[in-house]
Amino acid sequence: MKRFRFSSLMLVLGLIFIYLPMLILVIYSFNASKLVTVWGGWSIKWYVGLLDNSQLMGSVLRSLEIACYTAVAAVALGTLAAFVLTRITHFKGRTLFGGLVTAPLVMPEVITGLSLLLLFVAMAQMIGWPQERGIVTIWIAHTTFCAAYVAVVVSARLRELDLSIEEAAMDLGARPWKVFFLITIPMIAPSLAAGGMMSFALSLDDLVLASFVSGPGSTTLPMEVFSAVRLGVKPEINAVASLILLAVSLVTFLVWFFSRRAEEARKKAIQQAIEESAADSWKQPDARRAPAPQTV
Amino acid sequence: MNMRKFKRRMNRIIPNGRQMVIGVPFIWLFLFFMLPFFIVLKISFAEADVAIPPYTEIYTYAEQKLQLLLNLGNYAMLGDDELYIAAYLGSLKMAFISTVLCLLIGYPMAYAIASARKELQTVLVLLIMMPTWTAILIRVYAWMGILSNNGLLNGFLMSMGLIDEPLQILNTNLAVYIGVVYSYLPFMILPLYANLVKHDQSLLEAASDLGSSTFNSFWKITIPLSKNGIIAGCMLVFIPVVGEFVIPELLGGPETLMIGKVLWQEFFNNRDWPVASALAVVMLAILIVPIILFNRSQAKEMEGKE
Repeated sequence: MKRFRFSSLMLVLGLIFIYLPMLILVIYSFNASKLVTVWGGWSIKWYVGLLDNSQLMGSVLRSLEIACYTAVAAVALGTLAAFVLTRITHFKGRTLFGGLVTAPLVMPEVITGLSLLLLFVAMAQMIGWPQERGIVTIWIAHTTFCAAYVAVVVSARLRELDLSIEEAAMDLGARPWKVFFLITIPMIAPSLAAGGMMSFALSLDDLVLASFVSGPGSTTLPMEVFSAVRLGVKPEINAVASLILLAVSLVTFLVWFFSRRAEEARKKAIQQAIEESAADSWKQPDARRAPAPQTV
Repeated sequence: MNMRKFKRRMNRIIPNGRQMVIGVPFIWLFLFFMLPFFIVLKISFAEADVAIPPYTEIYTYAEQKLQLLLNLGNYAMLGDDELYIAAYLGSLKMAFISTVLCLLIGYPMAYAIASARKELQTVLVLLIMMPTWTAILIRVYAWMGILSNNGLLNGFLMSMGLIDEPLQILNTNLAVYIGVVYSYLPFMILPLYANLVKHDQSLLEAASDLGSSTFNSFWKITIPLSKNGIIAGCMLVFIPVVGEFVIPELLGGPETLMIGKVLWQEFFNNRDWPVASALAVVMLAILIVPIILFNRSQAKEMEGKE
């Protein structure tokens, strides 16, 4: 039993290690003092100051725009890839395909970023597109690596699914695409939502890929934060960072809340089904027993 | 040509549903993930040039002669210059030590989560996962304020009377280790947890019935069974850390030599694209074995085989 207590202690310490720095960051974002390390009383002036910083606000909007496009495209692409990996077991180049789907998860970002930039430069020379690097090129880069995360999440769910439901629909004459959209998609919807949110967050966070493939005038929020942070700790950045932390924890809470509600609804439905069938089986012997005295 | 013939011919050209489903992600990944590596390989053999784009073409075609000019100078330079070798070794050392630290801290944490109550597990997993959705930039930035000379940690230690003058932690390798372990710990815990939670508890009970000590059954049953989780977690930490740029840039100092940072400087500051490409090619060559290992364990996981 001793090991169990040791691992619980490690868990608590680990969680403190993970959350304490973020908590400190949030507290210090309300610091009135311009010196980030001296406490000068509570104040929200850094948050108010953010609204006047039009350059920063522009980059926030640009990042949000890219993150939205990325979430949509990465979910579509990642789901297709996951579907292929879990359902189509034999085709030419399957091993290569599997490698291509999972490798972006671990590939160092500097390599992916550099290689994509060189691709875009070569493409601009050969076919004249993309003339300018900006939102579209960042979107392509983000979609490629976010799709890998979506594929992992969705394929985990696809594997758990009961194949017989899809087979039943197929037997009843539904075309494969109809089965996919009417049966498979609703059943994997929670993991699609999770993958979409994950892609949104990953795209919003990315610094390295965006730095490589962005052009002049398409600075994203992380690039803006990075160039400020490089020179040291700044109170405005504390405020930006706290807002991002707030947004992420809110989304996390919502994910937890909705998944718990869905889980409870499912449990209730299962419970109800069990009770109903139990009640039926209770009734049946009753019904059989009832006519019995008549025969006597 | 009658209609049916036309239709049949069109069917041959227009891919069917199955080919489309495979083809779309395949073509996207090929175009935007695989093809770029070949371009990096090509440009690593070019020479830097004052032009747009800043490199020379490696082949020329004139008077029906195709000339291929491979410049091996970039690779020769990587071998000669001690800076680059030191950066590669520094990155590998940093990645190795951080992976071991993450495993030592992460394994007990994952074990504790996997043995918690079911409802609590969901909450704990979300608590571990949430930081990975937050920008690595922000989490590293949080440490800058804590570790700096007049930061919170030094202030705390001095007010406790443990030290008289601030310790130099920020801009040293120690700060980079802290930042890397901090940022990558969730990537170790999550695959370990996913593996540990599937274990059959009856095996441990059987072992203890047969007189095995708790530690002995942990060492001989739990650890070997979680091999796939350990591989996945270690690779998820080791491979990206080798190429890490943000953490050494913000927390490291002049003594911190890491290849991701060197590549970034070659590319953005020196605008030497061929040398940056050669650095990337060599980095990829070093990482190819771990990446294949990771892909194998991931493929097993995805097909549901154990």
